[in-house]
Amino acid sequence: MNAAYGVAAVVVVVLAAVLIGVFGLRLSRTTSDFYVASRTVSPLWNASAIGGEYLSAASFLGVAGLILAHGADMLWLPVGWTGGYLVLLVLVSAPLRRSGAYTLPDFAEARLESMTVRRSASVLVVLIGWLYLMPQFQSAGLVLRTITGAPVWAGGLLVAVVVAVNVLSGGMRSITFVQAFQYWLKLTALALPAVFLLLAWRADGAPAPTARTPPVFAERTTVTVAVDVTVRVTEPVGVTVTGRLDGRSLDRARITLAPGPHAVARETTVAFPAGAAVPHAENLPALSDRQWALPLESRDYPLYSTYSLILATFLGTMGLPHVLVRFYTNPDGRAARRTTLVVLTLLGAFYLLPAVYGALGRIYAPELLMTGRTDAVVLTLPGRLVGGTAGDLLSALVTAGAFAAFLSTSSGLTVSVAGVIGQDILRGGVRSFRVATVLAVLVPLALATAARALPVADVVGLVFAVAASSFCPLLVLGIWWRRFTDAGAMAGLLTGGGLACAAVLATIAGGPHTGLAGALLAQPAAWTVPIAFLVMVVVSLLTPGRIPKGVARTMVRLHTPETLKVDRGDWRPKGT
Amino acid sequence: MEPVVAVLLVVALVGVPALVLWRVLRGRRELGSSPAERATFETLHTASLAAPPLRAGLTEAGAQKACRHLRALLGSPALAIADEQRLLVYDGEGDHHAREAFEHAGKTLADGRTQVLGPEVVSCDLPECPIRFAVVVPLTTDGRVVGSLAAYGGHASAGLVRAAHEVANWVNSQLELAELDRSRTRLMEAEVRALRAQISPHFIYNSLTTIASFVRSDPDRSRELLLEFADFTRYSFRRHGEFTTLAEELRSIDRYLTLERARFGDQLRVTLRIAPEVLAVAVPFLCLQPLVENAVRHGLESKPGAGRISILAEDAGAECRISVEDDGVGMDPDRLRGILAGDADARSGTGGVGLANVDERLRQVYGDEYGLVVETGRGAGTKVSVRLPKYHPGVSAD
Repeated sequence: MNAAYGVAAVVVVVLAAVLIGVFGLRLSRTTSDFYVASRTVSPLWNASAIGGEYLSAASFLGVAGLILAHGADMLWLPVGWTGGYLVLLVLVSAPLRRSGAYTLPDFAEARLESMTVRRSASVLVVLIGWLYLMPQFQSAGLVLRTITGAPVWAGGLLVAVVVAVNVLSGGMRSITFVQAFQYWLKLTALALPAVFLLLAWRADGAPAPTARTPPVFAERTTVTVAVDVTVRVTEPVGVTVTGRLDGRSLDRARITLAPGPHAVARETTVAFPAGAAVPHAENLPALSDRQWALPLESRDYPLYSTYSLILATFLGTMGLPHVLVRFYTNPDGRAARRTTLVVLTLLGAFYLLPAVYGALGRIYAPELLMTGRTDAVVLTLPGRLVGGTAGDLLSALVTAGAFAAFLSTSSGLTVSVAGVIGQDILRGGVRSFRVATVLAVLVPLALATAARALPVADVVGLVFAVAASSFCPLLVLGIWWRRFTDAGAMAGLLTGGGLACAAVLATIAGGPHTGLAGALLAQPAAWTVPIAFLVMVVVSLLTPGRIPKGVARTMVRLHTPETLKVDRGDWRPKGT
Repeated sequence: MEPVVAVLLVVALVGVPALVLWRVLRGRRELGSSPAERATFETLHTASLAAPPLRAGLTEAGAQKACRHLRALLGSPALAIADEQRLLVYDGEGDHHAREAFEHAGKTLADGRTQVLGPEVVSCDLPECPIRFAVVVPLTTDGRVVGSLAAYGGHASAGLVRAAHEVANWVNSQLELAELDRSRTRLMEAEVRALRAQISPHFIYNSLTTIASFVRSDPDRSRELLLEFADFTRYSFRRHGEFTTLAEELRSIDRYLTLERARFGDQLRVTLRIAPEVLAVAVPFLCLQPLVENAVRHGLESKPGAGRISILAEDAGAECRISVEDDGVGMDPDRLRGILAGDADARSGTGGVGLANVDERLRQVYGDEYGLVVETGRGAGTKVSVRLPKYHPGVSAD
């Protein structure tokens, strides 16, 4: 790929983001016409903005990479990330909007009338935000590395700085229209190259991944490894190596790799002959194309993992702090439902594309299985299949889309996290919002540099598991169960959120684990979500005296359509 | 690995809920070590439990809830609370005494004196009924008898009379607090009503004369203006709800400005910059309208030539920021300070009362850090800024 185009794309996206931030282009309407000024945001715009903020690096890059490596099972990720909005639509969106809450801690306070629950919810929002930001920064590093060869920390630092500057200058706040634009940019950046890729694939005779063996190099291929990786070689193969292999320094040495594991140091290039089997990175399964195309073949305990993934993604969406604040823009509960419906459509359209990239990557970019960086498949394919200036331009477009994904998701998350840190943990004010912004960006940046590089979609999947085991029960029981108490909520948040967080930490810091424990830790939702629900229900039933006083009024507020004229209670000064 | 997971699971499953439950329940047990300490804490705790129901005043529901705790406080077998008209609650043994309980209270309610009633009045035919004496003490607010509290038991010692007195005094202080709350609420409602009434006189007069001037020359326009006027008054005089949405409030401001523009013509220029994200924010009813009216009246009316008003509403994370700015004659900062501080002299002149009212209401609802911020100087125009949290407990537009 021609680096100049890619760099230009990154520069354009970053510059646009900074300019919007610094010059406060908020696209709020300056007018003297009240009719124009008081028009609310339509569900389509609002849904686009949610899509723009929601589609992160995991959706843009990660899903395709996981599909490339693990096959059909991973299709559940895009399905679940879309389906989560179905659950949100049915159970949460309208009542949440009617509650008047802006953030999740607001909802906890409004429903349970307890500051303790509010504070716990705030801490969880911050944790989830940090965990979600971390893979965004890591992916930014990967993308910048892929197009320019810069060190992996550089991309994360770039995104972190741009986001911090934007949020501090106040430019990333009132940005429904900017975020809405981001969705359409991301869709275009993935759809347009996909069309060209499919055309090139047809012209190539439309090969399908149907071999009974793991992928082989179709032609002589030179692979450059970005980070240290251990690969498994299945049959002896003669290669040309420049760099460090198994601890030896080599310079264009022709050697034969014996079957078994080999440590390849970073910046090493290995040239394979045509027809050689692709050595797989040790954490990726060596699947034949047939196994790849079938479900329940790619991991240990596939049935458990699949159901756990479904549970995490379907229930975790409602616990994402940066998504929920967008619902506040809807004028009423009905509009919130409509918005959710449009989001479902928009996401459904978007998530068709990563599967295309994953499948084509299986055929045309199998060397990613060796470097372990399967997340790069979306960036690699346009240059590989189309070639020439057109290929460079398409690569640049994909790169721009990827950076738009990092920036929009990171900004939304940083604003949410900084808002919660500033308001609930540092006690409010402009100064503490600044400190909070720096904290909100620095911690995940440090995590991104320190933690081992997991596939971005896996980490985001874990974040969904944490959200599903803490905020999902809080919201669902809070909205639909009158006997829910603050003690129950506290116990459930601590148990569910704590267990899921522990599993995440064990996977990110300690992993990879093997066997049943490995599966339980890598996909904790299937046990943490039921536990969280159970603990909340049982503790609530044990503490009937702590049912909030205003529960009847709150329930009326949450569930009556705004058009009905009912007494929703009046505001009274404290103490009466 | 598995043992670690298992241990973790057990700790989380059993430990955390147990910890939360323990913390919830501990509040009731931790009542000191020595018997005297424990007795003190228990008494104070019982009293604190009885307080909230009484804070709504002497009502049937409140009296029923408080009565149990008051009886525990006195240690008497039965307790009755009555207001001036009827018995509110009889709690404890010997339910059949409830029928006569209001008669027992009659004399106390009439003269406000403590009565000790002996077996000849109280006791009944049932041999196992422990109730033979009653101590009836008055409940007063501002020196007026509003009810009575009667402790029933097997004897009437000086100690019981004394204790009943103390408990009645304590109840009285709670009732007075309730009265205070009520008057505070009434004051606030009165202020909103005053504000509603306040917009009207000048504005109604000016609007009607303006509309009248169009009746012959441009009947269609005068009809439109009259309809705007009708809608405006309907919104301003609405009775229900303390809160509305920013969109509603802006719509009302639009009607107001339409009428003012009809009067001033090209002299009045309006610029709006409204972020659509904040239109759904719940705001106190009529909290912006007075700011705009202030800008028109004090900024532009007394100034020759054209005037400009800009209204800006922007999204700022968990808050929304609104400012109303005019390029009129401005105000004397000292006088403004006096008005906002509630200085009667400063208020006696024209203007600023709307500002002070809005300021007070915002502080009352959201807390002191959410008052108005006014930047002004003589001849330098005026800019009034408001910050409104997107969420505040209990605040929502109906």
